[in-house]
Amino acid sequence: MSAYTLKVRRYQPESEEDDKRGAYWEKFDVELDPTLSVLDGLLQAKNDADGTLAVRCSCRAAICGSCGVKINGQSTLACKTQLGEAAEEAARKARTGDGDAEITVEPMGNMPVIKDLVTDMESTHWKKFRRVTPWLLPAGPPPEREYIVPAESMVDVTQSVACIQCGACVSSCLSMEADPEFVGPAALAKAYRFVGDPRDGQTTERLFDLANDPHGMYDCTHCFSCIDACPKDVAPMNQIMRLRRLAGDDHGIRDVNNGHSHEMAFVKNIRKKGTLDESLLFQESYAPGVKGKLLPRVSAIRGLLDSIPTAIRGIRTGKMRSIPKLIPGVHHKLPGDAQDHVKHIYERAEESKIQLNLYIIGEGGEEDASAEATEPESVEEESATA
Amino acid sequence: MKLAYWPGCVSRGFTPELHGSTALAADALGIELVTLDRANCTGAGVIAEHNQELADTLNARTFALAQETGLSMMNICSTCQGAQSECQERLDADASYRAHINETLSGEGLAYSKDADGFTNKNFLWVLVEDYGLDKLAEKVKRPLEGLRVGPFYGCYVLRPKTRLGYDEHPDRDLYLEQVIEVLGGTVVDYDGARRCCGFPVITMNKETSLRQAGTHVGDAIDAGADCLVTPCPLCHLNLDMQQPEAAKVVGRDLGLAVLHLPQLVGLALGFDPKQLGMPKHIASTIAVEDRVAALA
Repeated sequence: MSAYTLKVRRYQPESEEDDKRGAYWEKFDVELDPTLSVLDGLLQAKNDADGTLAVRCSCRAAICGSCGVKINGQSTLACKTQLGEAAEEAARKARTGDGDAEITVEPMGNMPVIKDLVTDMESTHWKKFRRVTPWLLPAGPPPEREYIVPAESMVDVTQSVACIQCGACVSSCLSMEADPEFVGPAALAKAYRFVGDPRDGQTTERLFDLANDPHGMYDCTHCFSCIDACPKDVAPMNQIMRLRRLAGDDHGIRDVNNGHSHEMAFVKNIRKKGTLDESLLFQESYAPGVKGKLLPRVSAIRGLLDSIPTAIRGIRTGKMRSIPKLIPGVHHKLPGDAQDHVKHIYERAEESKIQLNLYIIGEGGEEDASAEATEPESVEEESATA
Repeated sequence: MKLAYWPGCVSRGFTPELHGSTALAADALGIELVTLDRANCTGAGVIAEHNQELADTLNARTFALAQETGLSMMNICSTCQGAQSECQERLDADASYRAHINETLSGEGLAYSKDADGFTNKNFLWVLVEDYGLDKLAEKVKRPLEGLRVGPFYGCYVLRPKTRLGYDEHPDRDLYLEQVIEVLGGTVVDYDGARRCCGFPVITMNKETSLRQAGTHVGDAIDAGADCLVTPCPLCHLNLDMQQPEAAKVVGRDLGLAVLHLPQLVGLALGFDPKQLGMPKHIASTIAVEDRVAALA
């Protein structure tokens, strides 16, 4: 048995005591084995110290997804975090050099708090979840018996199927902090679960919808928070990147958010120059190719005009005071024959497009895992023809 | 100490002061840098979004160029670190995949070796703490930055995901900026934004979301009493510094906080003049920081 202090963020809007109606911190001392969970600690505090302490939980085994909270600032499941580890992490972050640090427990972020550690999942998580039509929309009438799909065609959706809807990723999402309307990691990972399903008949429509929503797949800032938060290794951000790849590259969707044009501007830029021609990247992200320049979209003109003050400031301080930085396309290539070798890499990789799936083969999978076995082209062909 | 050096694109583009200040700081610290001038862009995660094999091969090429020198590799950009670590994770996971990639590289006489003797690729921040050593850094400090209140800003790509970025072996990588600030004599400012996202990756896709992030973090640091921020990532610098006046409009408040590149902060403590370190090139004025440092000398 060890002693721990849980510093809990509380909120009791119905309390009769004036000082408890706003959010406040309260400390609870608990005594438990270090291998028991923070949830066990919270339940001991509730039993022994204050029965009004509200926390949502059910299975206590990281399956039901009920007990999402923030522990030491990290969104996770209370039942999946051991007290001993949490105390060590608290001490490490506090940089006090001792092991006596308090374990902080807060309700999940990006959601309204109902009471103490219980958040309103309905108004955020579930609302966003429904936004992506999270069920199968098959093409044509159902088969007489079950749908038959090749096993390998389901490999890439396995990871998103593992989601238990706990909301930890939503809680941790840094884009959503800035844009509460962002569809978000959980819902977009679920969208990929159906986009990648060969039985679904609305693949292009789903992708078109989420690519063109200003709060859709291109509103993710690629911060990896959801990857670290997810207790089931769903890596929602990776599923969002899969959506982007499918939308722009495989389904040819030219979104209004400049998402695909930015990606392609970057890809072409390195093929041509080896290192980034920033002004070209910027200009091509808004107005790609000859067509983009002859018939620019209103949003492209606005984007480019909006950037003029920034450019002028850059010229004034000397940051951008050079011809290659001011005139797109003047940027130098790599020295000697290096650029030719970069082009050769493009030719070969754009031909084979291998995608290793580390969720399936494992990071230390090594030697016997075959790259070809996880090559997803077959999957994508299936989904395109399904 | 001698390292193969990948400067990245932005450090020679829109943040030229980063490349310059790195050269000065490294030289003063006695770190010899062998620039990989044939190496290519890491793809910043964007090329991997388009085609993983393409990104993996491009970065395998850079690793192979570094391995040819027999040295470990250093970068000065969180985003380079994250993009390269992502590719390295896949390259290291599967021998047949690696063989396929190396076949592509063979025309240039290059090959990436997973088990090359002690080969590592580290951001300048990681090099400073893990390989150079904070004790040795402390010895080199000529002008302790006493009274300078510095807010750390890491950049997502050196923080997450932890499993990929070597946190098993080096669990304190998310505290190194604090450690360096203290060794240089400065005071660490705690504020909400230190480990959040600057918003840069969506600047052309959703400018409002992007600048709201940058503006919020700069504002929080000001409210916490910071004299400046310090970052190991030039892309964060673009959003926090270059876009700061635009970010101020989005969050509806005055900002005006200097954002230093990590080698600039190190350089100040090593005794370099702010001008030598390129600080006047910044958009958010660095004059308050310069005055403070001048008062120390």
